[in-house]
Amino acid sequence: MTDDVYIIGATMHKFGRFPDKDSMDMASEVSINALADAGVTMADIGVLGCGSLLEPGSGQRLLHEIGATGIPVYNVVNACATGATAIRAAYLTLKAGEADVGMAVGFEKMGKAGLLGLRPGTDSNVFTPSGRSGNVVPSEGVLGTGLMPGVFAEVGMDYARQNDGVGFEQFAKVAEKSHAHSTLNPLSQYRKAFTLEEIMNAEVIAWPNTLPMCGPTGDGAACVILVTGERLKSMPAETRKRAVKISASVMTSDPFVDTDMAAPDVNTLTRDAAKKAYEISGVDPQDLDLVELHDCFATAELVHYDNLGLCAPGEAGKFIDERGPWRDGKIPVNVSGGLVSKGHPLGCTGVANLVEVATHLRGEAGDRQIDGAKVGLTHVIGLGSACAIHVLEKVG
Amino acid sequence: MAAPIGAALVSRPMAQIPVVNYLDLSGDTPLLVAQKCSDCGALYFGRRNACAKCFSTRPFERQELARTGSVRAFTIVQRAAPGVKAPYVSAIVDLDGAGHVKANVINVEPSPEAIKTGMPVRLTTFTLGTDDEGTEAIGFAFEPA
Repeated sequence: MTDDVYIIGATMHKFGRFPDKDSMDMASEVSINALADAGVTMADIGVLGCGSLLEPGSGQRLLHEIGATGIPVYNVVNACATGATAIRAAYLTLKAGEADVGMAVGFEKMGKAGLLGLRPGTDSNVFTPSGRSGNVVPSEGVLGTGLMPGVFAEVGMDYARQNDGVGFEQFAKVAEKSHAHSTLNPLSQYRKAFTLEEIMNAEVIAWPNTLPMCGPTGDGAACVILVTGERLKSMPAETRKRAVKISASVMTSDPFVDTDMAAPDVNTLTRDAAKKAYEISGVDPQDLDLVELHDCFATAELVHYDNLGLCAPGEAGKFIDERGPWRDGKIPVNVSGGLVSKGHPLGCTGVANLVEVATHLRGEAGDRQIDGAKVGLTHVIGLGSACAIHVLEKVG
Repeated sequence: MAAPIGAALVSRPMAQIPVVNYLDLSGDTPLLVAQKCSDCGALYFGRRNACAKCFSTRPFERQELARTGSVRAFTIVQRAAPGVKAPYVSAIVDLDGAGHVKANVINVEPSPEAIKTGMPVRLTTFTLGTDDEGTEAIGFAFEPA
Protein backbone atom coordinates (compact mmCIF):
# COMPACT_ATOMS: atom_id res chain seq x y z
CA MET A 1 0.00 0.00 0.00
CA THR A 2 1.54 3.27 -1.09
CA ASP A 3 1.44 6.40 1.01
CA ASP A 4 -1.43 8.90 0.76
CA VAL A 5 -0.89 12.27 -0.90
CA TYR A 6 -2.05 15.59 0.55
CA ILE A 7 -2.45 19.15 -0.70
CA ILE A 8 -0.63 21.63 1.57
CA GLY A 9 -0.55 24.64 -0.74
CA ALA A 10 -3.34 25.84 -3.03
CA THR A 11 -3.58 29.22 -4.72
CA MET A 12 -5.02 30.72 -7.85
CA HIS A 13 -4.86 34.02 -9.66
CA LYS A 14 -8.18 35.72 -10.31
CA PHE A 15 -9.46 34.74 -13.76
CA GLY A 16 -10.01 37.46 -16.32
CA ARG A 17 -8.00 39.48 -18.80
CA PHE A 18 -4.70 40.88 -17.58
CA PRO A 19 -2.85 42.52 -20.46
CA ASP A 20 -0.18 43.90 -18.11
CA LYS A 21 0.98 40.42 -17.07
CA ASP A 22 2.36 37.58 -19.18
CA SER A 23 1.94 33.89 -18.46
CA MET A 24 5.20 33.68 -16.51
CA ASP A 25 4.16 36.58 -14.28
CA MET A 26 0.89 34.85 -13.46
CA ALA A 27 2.38 31.35 -13.06
CA SER A 28 5.22 32.70 -10.88
CA GLU A 29 2.80 34.59 -8.67
CA VAL A 30 0.61 31.54 -7.92
CA SER A 31 3.65 29.27 -7.44
CA ILE A 32 5.38 31.62 -5.01
CA ASN A 33 2.11 32.07 -3.11
CA ALA A 34 1.48 28.32 -3.01
CA LEU A 35 4.98 27.65 -1.65
CA ALA A 36 4.34 30.20 1.11
CA ASP A 37 0.91 28.71 1.74
CA ALA A 38 2.54 25.28 2.14
CA GLY A 39 5.42 26.58 4.25
CA VAL A 40 8.04 25.10 1.93
CA THR A 41 10.54 26.49 -0.59
CA MET A 42 11.69 25.40 -4.02
CA ALA A 43 14.47 23.50 -2.23
CA ASP A 44 11.77 21.10 -0.98
CA ILE A 45 10.07 20.57 -4.34
CA GLY A 46 11.08 17.33 -6.03
CA VAL A 47 8.94 17.43 -9.17
CA LEU A 48 6.97 19.92 -11.27
CA GLY A 49 3.91 19.10 -13.35
CA CYS A 50 3.19 22.02 -15.67
CA GLY A 51 0.12 22.40 -17.86
CA SER A 52 -0.61 24.91 -20.61
CA LEU A 53 -2.27 24.36 -23.97
CA LEU A 54 -1.18 27.53 -25.69
CA GLU A 55 2.36 27.61 -24.29
CA PRO A 56 3.30 23.95 -23.96
CA GLY A 57 6.76 23.22 -22.62
CA SER A 58 6.89 26.16 -20.23
CA GLY A 59 7.72 24.38 -16.95
CA GLN A 60 11.47 24.94 -17.18
CA ARG A 61 10.90 28.59 -18.06
CA LEU A 62 8.79 28.86 -14.89
CA LEU A 63 11.52 27.24 -12.79
CA HIS A 64 14.01 29.77 -14.11
CA GLU A 65 11.67 32.45 -12.72
CA ILE A 66 11.06 30.94 -9.30
CA GLY A 67 13.89 28.49 -8.59
CA ALA A 68 15.83 26.32 -11.01
CA THR A 69 16.95 23.38 -8.90
CA GLY A 70 17.33 20.71 -11.56
CA ILE A 71 14.17 18.75 -10.64
CA PRO A 72 12.27 16.73 -13.26
CA VAL A 73 9.60 18.70 -15.13
CA TYR A 74 6.61 17.12 -16.83
CA ASN A 75 5.13 19.54 -19.36
CA VAL A 76 1.70 18.24 -20.26
CA VAL A 77 -1.00 19.01 -22.80
CA ASN A 78 -4.30 17.16 -22.52
CA ALA A 79 -7.05 19.40 -23.87
CA CYS A 80 -9.19 20.92 -21.08
CA ALA A 81 -7.92 18.25 -18.67
CA THR A 82 -4.37 19.65 -18.97
CA GLY A 83 -4.25 21.14 -15.46
CA ALA A 84 -5.48 17.96 -13.82
CA THR A 85 -2.95 16.00 -15.86
CA ALA A 86 -0.17 18.21 -14.49
CA ILE A 87 -1.42 17.37 -11.00
CA ARG A 88 -1.39 13.67 -11.89
CA ALA A 89 2.25 13.95 -13.02
CA ALA A 90 3.27 15.30 -9.60
CA TYR A 91 0.89 12.96 -7.74
CA LEU A 92 2.17 9.83 -9.46
CA THR A 93 5.77 10.84 -8.80
CA LEU A 94 4.98 11.05 -5.08
CA LYS A 95 3.08 7.76 -5.20
CA ALA A 96 6.07 6.14 -6.89
CA GLY A 97 8.32 7.33 -4.08
CA GLU A 98 10.54 9.42 -6.34
CA ALA A 99 9.81 12.64 -4.45
CA ASP A 100 7.97 13.61 -1.26
CA VAL A 101 6.95 17.16 -2.15
CA GLY A 102 5.68 18.14 -5.59
CA MET A 103 4.27 21.15 -7.39
CA ALA A 104 1.64 21.33 -10.11
CA VAL A 105 0.89 24.50 -12.05
CA GLY A 106 -1.71 25.20 -14.71
CA PHE A 107 -1.89 28.47 -16.58
CA GLU A 108 -3.22 30.03 -19.74
CA LYS A 109 -3.09 33.45 -21.36
CA MET A 110 -5.97 33.49 -23.81
CA GLY A 111 -7.19 37.05 -23.77
CA LYS A 112 -10.38 37.33 -25.79
CA ALA A 113 -10.10 34.27 -28.00
CA GLY A 114 -13.56 34.01 -29.56
CA LEU A 115 -15.07 30.70 -30.63
CA LEU A 116 -12.87 27.71 -29.88
CA GLY A 117 -12.53 24.55 -31.95
CA LEU A 118 -11.81 25.85 -35.43
CA ARG A 119 -9.45 23.65 -37.45
CA PRO A 120 -7.35 25.01 -40.27
CA GLY A 121 -8.68 24.02 -43.67
CA THR A 122 -7.30 23.97 -47.16
CA ASP A 123 -7.29 27.25 -49.06
CA SER A 124 -6.22 25.72 -52.38
CA ASN A 125 -8.12 26.66 -55.54
CA VAL A 126 -8.00 23.03 -56.62
CA PHE A 127 -9.99 20.58 -54.51
CA THR A 128 -7.42 18.29 -52.90
CA PRO A 129 -8.49 15.67 -50.38
CA SER A 130 -6.64 16.03 -47.09
CA GLY A 131 -6.64 14.21 -43.79
CA ARG A 132 -7.93 10.76 -42.93
CA SER A 133 -11.42 11.49 -44.28
CA GLY A 134 -10.20 13.19 -47.44
CA ASN A 135 -11.86 16.55 -46.79
CA VAL A 136 -11.77 18.86 -49.82
CA VAL A 137 -13.13 21.93 -48.01
CA PRO A 138 -13.02 22.92 -44.32
CA SER A 139 -15.81 20.94 -42.69
CA GLU A 140 -16.96 23.64 -40.24
CA GLY A 141 -20.53 24.63 -41.09
CA VAL A 142 -20.56 22.20 -44.03
CA LEU A 143 -20.70 18.91 -42.11
CA GLY A 144 -22.25 20.24 -38.94
CA THR A 145 -20.32 22.22 -36.35
CA GLY A 146 -17.15 21.34 -34.50
CA LEU A 147 -17.06 24.59 -32.56
CA MET A 148 -17.37 24.06 -28.83
CA PRO A 149 -20.71 25.86 -28.18
CA GLY A 150 -22.43 23.63 -30.74
CA VAL A 151 -20.62 20.42 -29.82
CA PHE A 152 -21.70 20.78 -26.20
CA ALA A 153 -25.18 21.91 -27.23
CA GLU A 154 -25.50 18.56 -29.01
CA VAL A 155 -24.23 16.77 -25.87
CA GLY A 156 -27.06 18.40 -23.92
CA MET A 157 -29.68 17.71 -26.57
CA ASP A 158 -28.67 14.04 -26.71
CA TYR A 159 -29.40 13.85 -22.96
CA ALA A 160 -32.67 15.75 -23.45
CA ARG A 161 -33.72 13.23 -26.10
CA GLN A 162 -33.18 10.33 -23.72
CA ASN A 163 -34.62 11.86 -20.56
CA ASP A 164 -37.90 13.56 -19.85
CA GLY A 165 -38.09 16.98 -18.28
CA VAL A 166 -34.91 18.35 -19.82
CA GLY A 167 -34.94 21.26 -22.24
CA PHE A 168 -33.82 24.81 -22.89
CA GLU A 169 -35.22 26.01 -19.56
CA GLN A 170 -33.32 23.43 -17.50
CA PHE A 171 -30.05 24.26 -19.27
CA ALA A 172 -30.68 27.97 -18.70
CA LYS A 173 -31.38 27.33 -14.99
CA VAL A 174 -27.90 25.84 -14.68
CA ALA A 175 -26.37 29.11 -15.90
CA GLU A 176 -28.70 31.14 -13.64
CA LYS A 177 -27.33 29.18 -10.67
CA SER A 178 -23.66 29.45 -11.65
CA HIS A 179 -23.80 33.20 -12.33
CA ALA A 180 -25.55 33.72 -8.96
CA HIS A 181 -22.80 31.72 -7.24
CA SER A 182 -20.05 33.77 -8.88
CA THR A 183 -21.24 36.99 -7.24
CA LEU A 184 -19.68 35.67 -4.00
CA ASN A 185 -16.31 34.76 -5.56
CA PRO A 186 -13.73 37.57 -5.82
CA LEU A 187 -11.56 35.32 -8.06
CA SER A 188 -14.28 34.90 -10.69
CA GLN A 189 -13.92 36.50 -14.13
CA TYR A 190 -17.58 37.60 -14.07
CA ARG A 191 -19.62 38.37 -10.95
CA LYS A 192 -22.99 39.34 -12.32
CA ALA A 193 -26.27 37.56 -11.56
CA PHE A 194 -28.78 37.06 -14.40
CA THR A 195 -32.46 36.20 -14.19
CA LEU A 196 -33.63 33.07 -15.97
CA GLU A 197 -35.48 35.29 -18.46
CA GLU A 198 -32.34 37.29 -19.21
CA ILE A 199 -30.43 34.09 -19.88
CA MET A 200 -33.15 32.61 -22.10
CA ASN A 201 -33.55 35.85 -24.04
CA ALA A 202 -29.83 36.48 -24.50
CA GLU A 203 -28.07 36.14 -27.85
CA VAL A 204 -28.11 32.53 -29.03
CA ILE A 205 -24.61 31.25 -29.77
CA ALA A 206 -25.53 27.63 -30.54
CA TRP A 207 -29.03 26.79 -29.38
CA PRO A 208 -29.80 25.91 -26.64
CA ASN A 209 -26.62 27.68 -25.44
CA THR A 210 -27.07 31.45 -25.21
CA LEU A 211 -24.18 33.80 -24.45
CA PRO A 212 -24.37 33.60 -20.61
CA MET A 213 -24.51 29.78 -20.92
CA CYS A 214 -21.04 29.71 -22.54
CA GLY A 215 -17.77 29.85 -20.60
CA PRO A 216 -15.66 32.89 -21.40
CA THR A 217 -12.04 32.74 -22.54
CA GLY A 218 -9.51 34.52 -20.38
CA ASP A 219 -6.27 34.40 -18.42
CA GLY A 220 -5.60 32.40 -15.30
CA ALA A 221 -3.04 30.54 -13.25
CA ALA A 222 -3.28 28.14 -10.31
CA CYS A 223 -0.89 26.02 -8.29
CA VAL A 224 -1.05 23.20 -5.78
CA ILE A 225 1.74 21.81 -3.60
CA LEU A 226 1.47 18.10 -2.85
CA VAL A 227 3.16 16.11 -0.09
CA THR A 228 3.35 12.48 0.97
CA GLY A 229 1.74 11.45 4.24
CA GLU A 230 5.14 10.42 5.60
CA ARG A 231 6.71 13.80 4.92
CA LEU A 232 3.62 15.62 6.21
CA LYS A 233 4.15 13.99 9.62
CA SER A 234 7.33 16.02 10.12
CA MET A 235 5.72 19.31 9.12
CA PRO A 236 4.39 21.97 11.53
CA ALA A 237 1.03 21.37 13.23
CA GLU A 238 -0.54 24.27 11.34
CA THR A 239 0.44 22.70 7.99
CA ARG A 240 -0.96 19.33 9.07
CA LYS A 241 -4.18 20.94 10.25
CA ARG A 242 -4.77 22.64 6.91
CA ALA A 243 -3.74 19.64 4.80
CA VAL A 244 -6.34 18.22 2.44
CA LYS A 245 -6.19 14.53 1.56
CA ILE A 246 -6.44 13.40 -2.05
CA SER A 247 -8.66 10.37 -1.44
CA ALA A 248 -8.87 9.50 -5.14
CA SER A 249 -7.11 10.70 -8.26
CA VAL A 250 -8.48 9.06 -11.38
CA MET A 251 -7.96 9.62 -15.05
CA THR A 252 -9.72 8.02 -18.01
CA SER A 253 -9.93 8.38 -21.77
CA ASP A 254 -13.03 7.75 -23.84
CA PRO A 255 -13.60 4.05 -24.52
CA PHE A 256 -15.08 2.98 -27.86
CA VAL A 257 -18.77 3.72 -28.35
CA ASP A 258 -20.81 3.35 -31.56
CA THR A 259 -21.35 7.11 -31.90
CA ASP A 260 -17.61 7.91 -32.02
CA MET A 261 -17.91 8.00 -35.80
CA ALA A 262 -20.13 11.08 -35.46
CA ALA A 263 -19.21 12.88 -32.26
CA PRO A 264 -16.80 12.72 -29.30
CA ASP A 265 -18.22 11.07 -26.17
CA VAL A 266 -17.98 13.01 -22.90
CA ASN A 267 -20.23 10.73 -20.87
CA THR A 268 -18.79 7.22 -20.68
CA LEU A 269 -15.32 8.29 -19.53
CA THR A 270 -16.84 10.55 -16.87
CA ARG A 271 -19.00 7.71 -15.60
CA ASP A 272 -16.02 5.35 -15.61
CA ALA A 273 -13.83 7.83 -13.74
CA ALA A 274 -16.55 8.62 -11.19
CA LYS A 275 -17.20 4.95 -10.46
CA LYS A 276 -13.51 4.33 -9.89
CA ALA A 277 -13.08 7.49 -7.77
CA TYR A 278 -15.99 6.53 -5.52
CA GLU A 279 -14.62 2.99 -5.16
CA ILE A 280 -11.08 4.12 -4.31
CA SER A 281 -12.16 6.84 -1.86
CA GLY A 282 -15.08 4.95 -0.33
CA VAL A 283 -17.07 8.16 -0.73
CA ASP A 284 -20.68 8.00 -1.88
CA PRO A 285 -21.85 10.82 -4.17
CA GLN A 286 -24.51 11.69 -1.61
CA ASP A 287 -21.69 12.36 0.94
CA LEU A 288 -20.25 15.16 -1.19
CA ASP A 289 -20.39 18.64 0.36
CA LEU A 290 -19.43 20.34 -2.89
CA VAL A 291 -18.53 19.54 -6.48
CA GLU A 292 -16.59 21.57 -9.03
CA LEU A 293 -17.41 20.00 -12.41
CA HIS A 294 -16.54 20.86 -15.99
CA ASP A 295 -19.29 23.22 -17.14
CA CYS A 296 -17.61 24.71 -20.21
CA PHE A 297 -21.25 25.23 -21.30
CA ALA A 298 -24.46 25.02 -19.27
CA THR A 299 -25.54 22.04 -21.39
CA ALA A 300 -22.42 20.16 -20.26
CA GLU A 301 -22.99 20.76 -16.56
CA LEU A 302 -26.45 19.23 -16.65
CA VAL A 303 -25.35 15.90 -18.14
CA HIS A 304 -22.58 15.57 -15.56
CA TYR A 305 -25.08 15.72 -12.67
CA ASP A 306 -26.14 12.33 -13.96
CA ASN A 307 -22.69 11.09 -15.03
CA LEU A 308 -21.27 11.81 -11.55
CA GLY A 309 -24.24 10.24 -9.77
CA LEU A 310 -25.28 13.50 -8.09
CA CYS A 311 -28.89 12.74 -9.04
CA ALA A 312 -30.86 9.57 -9.77
CA PRO A 313 -30.31 8.20 -13.29
CA GLY A 314 -32.15 10.33 -15.86
CA GLU A 315 -33.13 12.97 -13.30
CA ALA A 316 -30.68 15.80 -14.03
CA GLY A 317 -33.58 18.01 -15.13
CA LYS A 318 -35.42 17.39 -11.87
CA PHE A 319 -32.19 17.98 -9.91
CA ILE A 320 -31.80 21.52 -11.29
CA ASP A 321 -35.58 22.20 -11.14
CA GLU A 322 -35.42 21.38 -7.41
CA ARG A 323 -32.34 23.59 -6.95
CA GLY A 324 -30.19 20.59 -5.95
CA PRO A 325 -26.91 22.11 -7.23
CA TRP A 326 -27.46 25.56 -5.70
CA ARG A 327 -25.15 26.42 -2.79
CA ASP A 328 -27.99 25.81 -0.33
CA GLY A 329 -29.18 22.71 -2.20
CA LYS A 330 -28.59 18.97 -1.84
CA ILE A 331 -25.12 18.92 -3.45
CA PRO A 332 -23.70 22.38 -4.22
CA VAL A 333 -22.15 22.40 -7.69
CA ASN A 334 -19.71 25.03 -8.96
CA VAL A 335 -20.03 27.42 -6.03
CA SER A 336 -17.02 29.19 -7.57
CA GLY A 337 -19.26 30.27 -10.45
CA GLY A 338 -18.02 27.43 -12.60
CA LEU A 339 -16.40 27.74 -15.99
CA VAL A 340 -19.49 29.58 -17.24
CA SER A 341 -18.86 32.55 -14.94
CA LYS A 342 -15.56 32.05 -13.08
CA GLY A 343 -13.93 31.48 -16.47
CA HIS A 344 -12.04 28.77 -18.32
CA PRO A 345 -8.37 29.49 -19.03
CA LEU A 346 -7.95 26.03 -20.54
CA GLY A 347 -4.75 24.60 -18.99
CA CYS A 348 -5.46 26.27 -15.67
CA THR A 349 -8.98 24.97 -15.11
CA GLY A 350 -8.01 21.50 -13.86
CA VAL A 351 -5.76 22.95 -11.15
CA ALA A 352 -8.09 25.80 -10.18
CA ASN A 353 -10.95 23.46 -9.36
CA LEU A 354 -8.79 21.57 -6.84
CA VAL A 355 -7.76 24.91 -5.36
CA GLU A 356 -11.43 25.85 -4.99
CA VAL A 357 -12.47 22.62 -3.27
CA ALA A 358 -9.36 22.57 -1.05
CA THR A 359 -10.07 26.16 0.04
CA HIS A 360 -13.58 25.16 1.17
CA LEU A 361 -12.28 22.07 3.01
CA ARG A 362 -9.81 24.33 4.82
CA GLY A 363 -12.72 26.60 5.75
CA GLU A 364 -11.05 29.55 4.06
CA ALA A 365 -13.45 30.34 1.21
CA GLY A 366 -14.77 33.59 2.69
CA ASP A 367 -18.24 34.68 1.59
CA ARG A 368 -18.73 31.66 -0.61
CA GLN A 369 -17.65 29.11 2.06
CA ILE A 370 -19.79 25.98 2.19
CA ASP A 371 -20.09 25.62 5.94
CA GLY A 372 -18.65 22.48 7.42
CA ALA A 373 -17.44 21.14 4.07
CA LYS A 374 -15.56 17.87 4.63
CA VAL A 375 -15.61 16.07 1.26
CA GLY A 376 -15.50 17.47 -2.25
CA LEU A 377 -15.04 16.30 -5.81
CA THR A 378 -13.43 17.90 -8.85
CA HIS A 379 -14.05 16.89 -12.45
CA VAL A 380 -12.57 18.08 -15.71
CA ILE A 381 -13.03 16.84 -19.21
CA GLY A 382 -11.02 17.60 -22.29
CA LEU A 383 -12.66 16.90 -25.60
CA GLY A 384 -11.30 14.06 -27.60
CA SER A 385 -11.45 12.95 -24.68
CA ALA A 386 -9.68 13.03 -21.31
CA CYS A 387 -11.35 13.02 -17.90
CA ALA A 388 -9.85 13.55 -14.47
CA ILE A 389 -11.66 13.26 -11.15
CA HIS A 390 -10.22 14.00 -7.73
CA VAL A 391 -11.94 13.34 -4.41
CA LEU A 392 -10.62 15.58 -1.65
CA GLU A 393 -11.20 15.21 2.10
CA LYS A 394 -10.62 17.42 5.09
CA VAL A 395 -8.32 15.77 7.63
CA GLY A 396 -7.42 18.36 10.29
CA MET B 1 -17.14 30.73 -81.75
CA ALA B 2 -17.16 27.61 -83.88
CA ALA B 3 -15.18 24.65 -82.66
CA PRO B 4 -11.94 24.18 -84.55
CA ILE B 5 -12.16 21.57 -87.23
CA GLY B 6 -11.21 18.19 -85.87
CA ALA B 7 -12.04 18.95 -82.23
CA ALA B 8 -13.86 16.17 -80.49
CA LEU B 9 -17.49 17.07 -80.12
CA VAL B 10 -18.16 14.73 -77.19
CA SER B 11 -19.58 16.48 -74.16
CA ARG B 12 -17.33 15.80 -71.18
CA PRO B 13 -19.27 15.44 -67.94
CA MET B 14 -18.06 17.78 -65.24
CA ALA B 15 -15.67 15.98 -62.86
CA GLN B 16 -16.97 15.61 -59.35
CA ILE B 17 -15.24 15.04 -56.04
CA PRO B 18 -17.00 14.20 -52.76
CA VAL B 19 -16.50 16.55 -49.82
CA VAL B 20 -15.17 13.59 -47.81
CA ASN B 21 -14.02 10.12 -48.78
CA TYR B 22 -16.96 8.46 -47.03
CA LEU B 23 -19.44 9.99 -49.45
CA ASP B 24 -19.56 7.62 -52.45
CA LEU B 25 -20.68 9.22 -55.71
CA SER B 26 -19.73 6.29 -57.96
CA GLY B 27 -23.18 4.71 -58.18
CA ASP B 28 -26.56 5.98 -59.34
CA THR B 29 -27.40 7.22 -55.86
CA PRO B 30 -24.97 8.98 -53.52
CA LEU B 31 -24.23 6.90 -50.44
CA LEU B 32 -22.37 7.18 -47.16
CA VAL B 33 -19.91 4.33 -46.81
CA ALA B 34 -18.29 3.20 -43.58
CA GLN B 35 -15.30 0.97 -42.86
CA LYS B 36 -16.53 -2.10 -41.04
CA CYS B 37 -14.32 -4.17 -38.74
CA SER B 38 -14.28 -7.69 -40.22
CA ASP B 39 -14.15 -9.19 -36.72
CA CYS B 40 -16.62 -7.22 -34.55
CA GLY B 41 -18.55 -5.12 -37.04
CA ALA B 42 -17.64 -1.74 -35.51
CA LEU B 43 -18.10 1.10 -37.99
CA TYR B 44 -15.77 4.00 -38.76
CA PHE B 45 -15.39 6.77 -41.30
CA GLY B 46 -12.08 7.47 -43.00
CA ARG B 47 -8.75 5.69 -43.17
CA ARG B 48 -8.09 3.10 -40.44
CA ASN B 49 -5.19 1.13 -38.99
CA ALA B 50 -7.01 -1.16 -36.59
CA CYS B 51 -10.27 -1.56 -34.70
CA ALA B 52 -10.63 0.61 -31.57
CA LYS B 53 -13.29 -1.74 -30.20
CA CYS B 54 -11.78 -5.22 -30.61
CA PHE B 55 -8.17 -4.39 -31.66
CA SER B 56 -8.50 -6.42 -34.87
CA THR B 57 -5.94 -5.56 -37.55
CA ARG B 58 -7.67 -7.48 -40.33
CA PRO B 59 -8.64 -5.48 -43.42
CA PHE B 60 -11.83 -3.45 -43.03
CA GLU B 61 -14.88 -4.16 -45.17
CA ARG B 62 -16.99 -1.69 -47.10
CA GLN B 63 -20.33 -1.05 -45.40
CA GLU B 64 -22.94 0.98 -47.26
CA LEU B 65 -25.10 2.96 -44.84
CA ALA B 66 -28.79 3.74 -45.06
CA ARG B 67 -29.84 7.03 -46.67
CA THR B 68 -32.45 7.53 -43.96
CA GLY B 69 -32.27 8.00 -40.22
CA SER B 70 -33.35 10.21 -37.36
CA VAL B 71 -31.97 13.23 -35.52
CA ARG B 72 -30.16 12.04 -32.39
CA ALA B 73 -29.06 15.52 -31.28
CA PHE B 74 -28.86 18.94 -32.87
CA THR B 75 -27.89 22.54 -32.34
CA ILE B 76 -28.83 25.71 -34.16
CA VAL B 77 -25.65 27.66 -34.79
CA GLN B 78 -26.31 31.39 -34.70
CA ARG B 79 -22.79 32.68 -34.15
CA ALA B 80 -20.76 30.80 -36.75
CA ALA B 81 -17.11 30.60 -37.69
CA PRO B 82 -15.81 33.40 -39.94
CA GLY B 83 -17.04 32.88 -43.49
CA VAL B 84 -19.77 30.42 -42.50
CA LYS B 85 -23.36 31.50 -43.12
CA ALA B 86 -25.62 31.39 -40.05
CA PRO B 87 -28.01 30.29 -38.81
CA TYR B 88 -27.68 26.66 -39.71
CA VAL B 89 -28.61 23.37 -38.09
CA SER B 90 -25.87 20.90 -37.12
CA ALA B 91 -26.98 17.42 -36.13
CA ILE B 92 -25.85 13.96 -35.17
CA VAL B 93 -27.95 11.54 -37.20
CA ASP B 94 -28.63 7.92 -36.24
CA LEU B 95 -28.80 6.09 -39.56
CA ASP B 96 -31.40 3.36 -39.98
CA GLY B 97 -29.82 -0.05 -39.42
CA ALA B 98 -26.38 1.06 -38.28
CA GLY B 99 -24.05 4.00 -38.19
CA HIS B 100 -24.09 7.61 -37.03
CA VAL B 101 -22.97 10.73 -38.84
CA LYS B 102 -22.52 14.43 -38.21
CA ALA B 103 -23.99 16.74 -40.83
CA ASN B 104 -26.12 19.79 -41.39
CA VAL B 105 -29.88 19.50 -41.59
CA ILE B 106 -31.17 21.64 -44.45
CA ASN B 107 -34.53 22.49 -45.99
CA VAL B 108 -35.93 23.10 -42.51
CA GLU B 109 -36.48 26.34 -40.66
CA PRO B 110 -33.57 26.74 -38.20
CA SER B 111 -35.73 27.03 -35.09
CA PRO B 112 -36.33 24.78 -32.08
CA GLU B 113 -40.01 24.70 -33.07
CA ALA B 114 -39.28 23.20 -36.49
CA ILE B 115 -36.57 20.71 -35.62
CA LYS B 116 -36.88 18.02 -32.97
CA THR B 117 -34.75 15.13 -31.78
CA GLY B 118 -36.06 11.87 -33.18
CA MET B 119 -37.21 13.61 -36.38
CA PRO B 120 -36.88 11.37 -39.48
CA VAL B 121 -34.41 12.66 -42.07
CA ARG B 122 -32.94 11.54 -45.38
CA LEU B 123 -29.64 12.07 -47.15
CA THR B 124 -29.35 14.74 -49.81
CA THR B 125 -26.40 16.06 -51.81
CA PHE B 126 -25.60 19.42 -53.37
CA THR B 127 -22.83 21.36 -55.05
CA LEU B 128 -20.38 23.07 -52.72
CA GLY B 129 -18.51 24.86 -55.50
CA THR B 130 -16.24 24.40 -58.47
CA ASP B 131 -12.46 24.68 -58.40
CA ASP B 132 -10.05 26.23 -60.92
CA GLU B 133 -9.89 22.97 -62.87
CA GLY B 134 -13.65 22.75 -63.23
CA THR B 135 -14.07 20.01 -60.63
CA GLU B 136 -17.28 20.23 -58.66
CA ALA B 137 -17.22 19.42 -54.93
CA ILE B 138 -20.32 17.55 -53.76
CA GLY B 139 -21.44 17.98 -50.17
CA PHE B 140 -24.06 16.09 -48.23
CA ALA B 141 -26.61 16.97 -45.61
CA PHE B 142 -29.92 15.66 -44.32
CA GLU B 143 -33.41 17.00 -44.84
CA PRO B 144 -36.76 16.17 -43.23
CA ALA B 145 -38.07 12.87 -44.64
